[in-house]
Amino acid sequence: MPLLSVSDLKTHYKSRDGLLRAVDGIDLVVERGETVGLVGESGCGKSTLGKTVLRLVDPTAGHIEFKGEDITVLDQRNLQRVRRSIQMIFQDPYASLNPRQTIGEILEAPLVVHKVGDRTERRQIIANIVAKVGLPAESINRYPHEFSGGQRQRIGIARALLLNPELIVCDEPVSALDLSIQAQILNLLLEMKKEFGLSYLFISHDLSVVRYFADRVMVMYLGRIVESADNATLWSDPRHPYTRALMEAVPDPSRPRQAAPLGGDLPSPSDIPSGCRFHTRCPLATDLCRADEPEFRAIAPGHQVACHFADRIN
Amino acid sequence: MAPLLQVDNLTIRFPRAEPVGNLSFEIEQGETLAIVGESGSGKSLTALALMQLLPRAAKIANGHITFGGRDLTKLDAREMRHLRGREIAMIFQEPMTSLNPVMTIGRQIGEVLKVHEKLSGKAARERAIELLRLVRIPAPEKRVDDYPHQLSGGMRQRVMIAIAVACKPKLLIADEPTTALDVTIQAQVLDLLDTLRRELQMAVVLITHDLGVVAQWADKVVVMYAGRKVEQALPGDLFNDPLHPYTRGLLAASPRLKHDFHYRDGALTEIPGSIVSAVGEAGCPFRPRCNQARASCSHHVPQLIVPAADRLVACPFTTSLKAVPHAAALSL
Repeated sequence: MPLLSVSDLKTHYKSRDGLLRAVDGIDLVVERGETVGLVGESGCGKSTLGKTVLRLVDPTAGHIEFKGEDITVLDQRNLQRVRRSIQMIFQDPYASLNPRQTIGEILEAPLVVHKVGDRTERRQIIANIVAKVGLPAESINRYPHEFSGGQRQRIGIARALLLNPELIVCDEPVSALDLSIQAQILNLLLEMKKEFGLSYLFISHDLSVVRYFADRVMVMYLGRIVESADNATLWSDPRHPYTRALMEAVPDPSRPRQAAPLGGDLPSPSDIPSGCRFHTRCPLATDLCRADEPEFRAIAPGHQVACHFADRIN
Repeated sequence: MAPLLQVDNLTIRFPRAEPVGNLSFEIEQGETLAIVGESGSGKSLTALALMQLLPRAAKIANGHITFGGRDLTKLDAREMRHLRGREIAMIFQEPMTSLNPVMTIGRQIGEVLKVHEKLSGKAARERAIELLRLVRIPAPEKRVDDYPHQLSGGMRQRVMIAIAVACKPKLLIADEPTTALDVTIQAQVLDLLDTLRRELQMAVVLITHDLGVVAQWADKVVVMYAGRKVEQALPGDLFNDPLHPYTRGLLAASPRLKHDFHYRDGALTEIPGSIVSAVGEAGCPFRPRCNQARASCSHHVPQLIVPAADRLVACPFTTSLKAVPHAAALSL
């Protein structure tokens, strides 16, 4: 049984421009001990998907199963029980830390909510976790503004680890950090994964980070997964034109400059194109693509693509 | 011929800090110079100093900025206003905060033309449409009456570029112009900047934290750390054979540059600590994080030395990795 299994998940919002289909029919599995990378550009729905998995946002349709239990139907009390096991790390740790609380107070809150231990035991747990994430012990008496961006992300990681979760949804955890600090945080996440036997759903717009960090990668475009494969396959044999364009667009010192691979902008998720949702920007689009939405199908074991022409691309 | 812009020993001081110290570089007509550094490196303050738009608390304590034969640090506000937007223009990271949300983009572009080129309202509008076409905005006749919120992030940055190049400046300062944009849009905007640079014979100072962008778009690179220039090189040299321990650390820490490197192969190379450790450091600002630091590194700020043609590095202990077998250099 997979740790997390999401089937035909939809999260739609009502907006002024009509129905916004942020997540629009997604199947996703995270196995125990696995890191699944979720890549896409802004507006593709990847953050909404992450929040829906924790039920911070309620899905419109579909099911989320955590260790075989359907959590889409749980009431708040039972949901709280499950949330001990699924935690989240955010892009901007400063925005997710209360500026008026010390780090000790911030870290104690989840333990109190989940009724873990007495005061002394809680202090011990906090001291342990603070040391694990590489912060000095006296940090617990200080306030968020006294820390650098990288240290704040360590606090965010400490908070996520407090309740011994099994799955952590990481939403752009290093995007706001300087390059020299990114490596520190990625290494810390890897150590924690090993030590606590964690699984990650790792959401990022940065392909190079995902390439290093993920076991399996899913590429998302306008609310749907367009390609999914294990890490090595995706990079050696990408089959969706969007995946290829994303890879080519990353400026890379080791190869000469190329023309921008894609024209145009991402269409609005409240006005999703007919047929294949990528056809308005796709260099290979035909009448078929404008009319029929391609099925998300396996072209090899463990490699799925939503493109009519996936077999012809290589 | 004198360079278009020459910065000599620029030192910027706040009452209690010196965010930029003894910075020198120059840029030729039509050239793209990249200034690369992380937050706290002083790269954005340097850009503001070139525009003479430093925050009030900051003072140019020393140095000269010579542009077209004139020292910008000696110009008064009126003279500088005359230059800004006409000969030197700037674009910023987040176009939404630089555009006026209650004014159509046509009027915002037209404003520059009315002020600097004394165009009438009708002529300015015509020219605004032309400029929108120049920056590849589709249906410019319609878009000219749009408000900023009606445009995507990439389109807004194109509008900023249209405003910046309206008077055909000789120098464009682009401060993280694509950092807020998605990677496919970033490629489009950088393409556009480069095309305009050639068409308008404009020099570009490209300020960025993104090494990939530097490698593909710059003619020359300045690496800054804690307000100091630590290395300068042509992009090819910098990436093939970085000399300063900081540059080496950055390249090693970047997962982008290690194509086949996966977490199962090992951890990423870290630069320990943070840039905060440079505050109050009397010697080399990078010393507290440097894996090659020696006692003498804390004595004084290292001088820039010339290790090869077209190169500068502020570390007396560096040796080219090219001297050791090829494999070591490849692993960077």
